[in-house]
This record gives sequence, C-alpha cells and structure tokens, in this order.
Amino acid sequence: MPGAETFTSSDPSHPLHRLTPAQIEEIGEAFQVIGDEVRTDLGEHDADYIRSLIQFHRRLGALSRIVLMASRYPPAWVLGTTGLSVAKILENMEIGHNILHGQWDWMNDPNIHSSTWDWDTASTSAAWKHSHNYLHHTYTNVVGKDKDVGYEIMRVDPKQRWEPRFLAQPVINVFLMLFFEWGVAVHDMDIEGIKAGTKDMKQLRRELKEFGQKAGRQILKDYIAFPALSGRKGFKRTLQANITANLIRNVWSNAIIFCGHFPDQAYTFTEEEAADESRGAWYIRQLLGAANIEGSDTFHLMSGNLSYQVEHHLFPDMPSSRYKEIAPQVKAICERYELPYNTGPFGQQWLMVQRTILRLAFPGGAPRPKAPPYVEPPAYETPGPVVSSSAGPIPAFP
Amino acid sequence: MHAARAITTPLVPDDYLGLMNPAWSARELTGTIERIKPETEQASTVVVRPNFPWPGHRPGQYLRIGAELNGIRHWRAYSLTSDPDHPDGLVSITVKHVEAGLMSPWFTRKVEPGATVFLGEVEGEFRLPDRLPDRSLFISAGSGVTPIWSMLRDLERRGGLDDALHVHCAREPDQVIFGADLRRMNSTYEGYTFHEHHTGKLPRIVPQNLDEICPDWRDRHTFMSGPRELMDVMEAHWKAEADRDLLFTERFQPIIGRGDADVGSGGTVSFRVTDVEATCDVGVSILVGGEQAGALLPFGCRLGICHTCVGRLHSGQVRDVRTGELHGEQGQTVRTCVNAPEGHVEIEL
Repeated sequence: MPGAETFTSSDPSHPLHRLTPAQIEEIGEAFQVIGDEVRTDLGEHDADYIRSLIQFHRRLGALSRIVLMASRYPPAWVLGTTGLSVAKILENMEIGHNILHGQWDWMNDPNIHSSTWDWDTASTSAAWKHSHNYLHHTYTNVVGKDKDVGYEIMRVDPKQRWEPRFLAQPVINVFLMLFFEWGVAVHDMDIEGIKAGTKDMKQLRRELKEFGQKAGRQILKDYIAFPALSGRKGFKRTLQANITANLIRNVWSNAIIFCGHFPDQAYTFTEEEAADESRGAWYIRQLLGAANIEGSDTFHLMSGNLSYQVEHHLFPDMPSSRYKEIAPQVKAICERYELPYNTGPFGQQWLMVQRTILRLAFPGGAPRPKAPPYVEPPAYETPGPVVSSSAGPIPAFP
Repeated sequence: MHAARAITTPLVPDDYLGLMNPAWSARELTGTIERIKPETEQASTVVVRPNFPWPGHRPGQYLRIGAELNGIRHWRAYSLTSDPDHPDGLVSITVKHVEAGLMSPWFTRKVEPGATVFLGEVEGEFRLPDRLPDRSLFISAGSGVTPIWSMLRDLERRGGLDDALHVHCAREPDQVIFGADLRRMNSTYEGYTFHEHHTGKLPRIVPQNLDEICPDWRDRHTFMSGPRELMDVMEAHWKAEADRDLLFTERFQPIIGRGDADVGSGGTVSFRVTDVEATCDVGVSILVGGEQAGALLPFGCRLGICHTCVGRLHSGQVRDVRTGELHGEQGQTVRTCVNAPEGHVEIEL
C-alpha cells in the first residue's frame, strides 16, 4: 500500500462501525429503492432535458466562436470569452461527465451514450472512464486505492504518509487549478503504476498515443485553427480568449471537484474497512465520503450537479437532473440512521480544502472533525403581516 | 472536411449541421412515416419514406426499425412488405397489433404521418432463391404472412406464379392480412392457390393435414413463417418424413429460455467481435461466462456502476442478476457484468 500507513479504525462513533449489519442492509435497501424509483420513472421529460441542454451548449459555443472572430474589439472579446467559458463548463460538467457515466445510456440513443461520447477536454474518454468511473467511483475515498485522494501528487488526508515532496504542494495546487484538464489527463494514465512498474507497457504506449492524438486535436482547435479564423489582426486576441476560457473552465472545475471529497466533513477509509463490504456498506461509504455544495439552481447546473456529490456517488449513473429531487429522501435516510449529510456553502467548503492542502504539506495533521448526524431543520413559520387590534397585533386577513 | 473537423472536435461537423436542420444530419439513417394503411382490424401497413436513397432489399427480408417512445429508443425487426423498387422510393412494414406490446401498438394505434423513425439494417436469409423453384408451397399463420406476401408479390411480378400453393391460417376470414389481395391473386392466376384455414371454426392445422391439402408437399420447395409452435411441429415433420433442405423458415419470436421465471434460465452467448461462444449457468453474467470461455472483454467495477463493460445486444434477452428483471432488445446496450443471458444471446463484443 504505497503512500499510506495502515490505520485501524476502532472509533466507536465512526458511523460505519456503529451500525449493525442488519441496519447496514436496511440502508442499502432504502437507497436501492430510491434508485429504482427514479429509474422506472425516466422518460421523455428527461430526454428533452439533456437534448435541449446539448443544443444550448452547441449554439452558445458556436455563437461565442463567431463573436470571437471580431476579438480585436474589446466588447467582442469579453462577450465571446464569457460565452465560450460558460459553454466549456457546461460541456465538461453537466454534459460530458454525466454522459460518460452512462447516466443517459437508458435512452438507447447512440449519439448520447457513454460508449460513443467524447468531450472538450484533454482526457480521452476511455482513459477517463477507467480512472474515474471505475477506480474512483468503486473505491471512493479508500486511501491507497482511490487515486483521486490527492491525485497521486498531493497529500489531502492525514492517512497518506508524509513525504518531503509534499512540501511543494501549495505551489502544485495552484498549477493544478490552472491546468486542471492536463493534470487529469496525465493522472488517468496511472502515474504511480508507471513508477512502480506495475503498469502494462503496451497499454501505456496505446494510452500515450491516444492522449497525444486527443491533445493534438484540442491544441489545434483552440490555439491554432480558431485564432487563425480571426485573421492576422485577430489571431493573438482570439488565442488569448481561448486560453482564458480554458483557464476559467479549469479553475472552476478544479474548485467544484476538490469540494466533492476533500472538505473536512468527508470521511476517508482504509483498505480493510472497504474489504468485502456489502452493498449497504458500499452505499454508506459513498454517503460519508462525499460532500455537497449549497447553491442556486444555476450554480448546480454549472457544477454539473456535482454540488450534489453525495447523490452522485450513491447513484453515479442516475441522470444528474434528478439529484435535486432525491436529496430529501437521502436526507431522510441519514436522519433515520443518525448519519451525517455532508454539505456546506461553496466558500466554506473551498476554504476548508485549501486549508487542508496547506496544512498537510507538512508532516502530521489529525483528521478534522466530522459533521454530526443529520437532523431536519425545524420548519419556520414565516410571520405574515399583522394588523392592530384591541388585544394587540393579530394576523392580517386574508 | 478535415479542416472542418479541426474546429468542431471533439464533435463532428455533422453535429452542427443537424443543429441547423435535423434532416441535414447524415449520421443516422432515418425515415419519415408517410401514412398508415389499415389492413385488418389488428394490422396496419406503415409506409415510410427513407431520408436517403433506399439501397434495395430482397423480398422476404426484414428491416430493423427504431422509434423513440417516452424518451427511449426501441428497435424491432419487421418483414418488409413493399416492392423493392417502389417508384416513389417508399418502403413499408406491416405490423400486427399486440395488446401487451410496446412498439406494435405505437405503430398501429398512435403514430401519425410525419413522425421520424430510425432505419437499421436490412437482414434475413429467408428469401426466394435466384432460380425460382418449379413447384412451391407457402405456409403462413397470422402475421407470419408478411414475408410470404413479399415473396408472392415478387413471383407475381416476375411471372413466376406457375405452381404455388399457399396455406394460410387465421382465426377468421376478415383477420387475414392482405386477404383481399391474396384472394384476388387466387382468382387471377391459374398457378396460385390460396388455401385458407380458419382456426375459428377448425382445429389448428397439423402436419398430417398437408397430405390432403397438398399431397406432393415432400417434393416442393416450402417457405414457412408463423408462430413458434407451428414451426416446431412442421420442422420436426419435415425432418422425419421429407427433405429438411427443401424447407425454408423465418422465426419471429426469439427463443427465450424456459427456466424458472424468478432466477432465470442461463443460456449461451455469441460474442460477435471476439468470436467466442460461451455458456452461462443460471445467474452467471455474460462477462464471467465470456471470460471463462477465454474472451478478453472490457470490464471495470463488476458491480454495475461504471458502464465500462457495456456491449450492444444483437439478439436475445438478458436478465439483470441484481433485480431479476428480464430485459433487452436488439440494439440496446447492456452491462455484461450484471446481466446474464436468458436463452441464446448475441452481443457486439
């Protein structure tokens, strides 16, 4: 188990150790019911959602590119860059990520399908599906198995053994924010496996070739072809616009994704805790290992509904547009079994992550306090208008 | 086109053409429903105008046709009933209404002209030989008459209705699909005899009836299409009493395993790409069965989460080993790690 010490968790308050096997099974069944209910309810309404979103993204993307042909005029530059950034974010987060998860496979539409989709980022969809859909979503937060815990270059959990190289992580962190798509693409190739010599060389050569082709196409499009379409005078300005749009997308997706598992509330697990786990225990690990971000509907859309990270990890192949509606059911299960429902506002979650990255660059560090069991907040009666009466104020009618 | 691809990557130019006008997209073969022509109370001919030059077909072959119902694309195979070289470029299938069905009620009761359908491959070995047989026997029952109809139309057009006997089973005379046309052909051509067997009045036809209806049945090229029970007994009869090579058949219903309905029957899998045949016991997934048979198959979580292992179903049905649900139809992708074959399954892996 490279890079991780063996922890034996005997903490009796740890939810996974407190629950009885019967309870764990009940929880698993309860989650299964939520998933099944949505699955049988999927239909035209959902299909219309993803299709109209794809259409919107393509229109916005095309329009932004056209506006950027006039990028030497500052208003066009600002408008085009903003539009392109939003289009790229939508494409990566709500469209690409979720289609590659197979969330829309049920439509049986070969053009909106996990096996055929490719997205506007440096990662090839095949490599990404392996490292993300398989490794990360199966071994979520199991230190030593889920390579998304620190992405092999950072120490984000005290269970990871400290090494001197982590002293550089505050700087690496900033670079990773800016060049996130390239970091993810390289990460997909399993750097630790390459270093340890466990990676099949033939497979690595194939992956490198595919990555090279994909990267070449991406660079040609954003940094050569589209700038060239703006003519000699506009080349540089459009190049700057495209670089800016990619940077904005990178920083945004990095922020959302880091808030998914690295805030303080999220639990990590040892390999022995996750060994031979039941279906119910798998659900509980997903629930405890993820953290949501609170926000508006637009915020959820722009985050690809990864702000419902908890729901996403429980049901990775459920259409993301359904996470909001099942959230109350997930919370109800948390309340019934005294489990936490990890969530918080964006600023708070993001700052917690940054604090952890800075602190754990240095040796030591203790697990941060976890969230208490979820309790539904009391429903406040919003006080209505009052009128005065002889006995004091009384509710106004009507 | 290469230059256009450079700016549309990871999409293709077609994606943007389709954005402007769906008909400009050449990515998928589609057709527009021209009209629905009722044949009987229970069957209708669906006339489709392909949005591409029709490559032609052989009478007796079937078409894979897809439609989107409540957001989900479904595929079925129906015999083509149109003339292969229709002057208006139209093609048709004839669909019998199945109350509990999914696609057939949509075709017979719901769909309006103008709707879009997806057109898949034309397939099927059930067709007339290039050299027409001197004497032929056609046996059909119910909607099984549709490929036979195409063949008879072909014979009529080629002047080949010299000595053809057609035995057709239906419950009532007015339930005979293409009944009026077949009766017309019967009275027009010396060489075509249409023998109707109405099971509303008579018992079901058995092979022994053939000796009365068509005493020289052993010597004829026989083309048969109908429900499985009929085909099974007829085939056995040919094997026992005549030359099986002279019998040509078309089966419409997939052969589904007859095991315990709750746990499934297990079955066999043909991996069409890796060219491996596997056998799966009850509850054994396609993935495990394939690996045991030596196939190298894609896999990931093996829990039904990650969709790494999906393969496109070519034929047959599968049972989800987690829920016990029986599902699957042609063209659907299934996760091989959590689905076991139910009977014989062919998969594009």
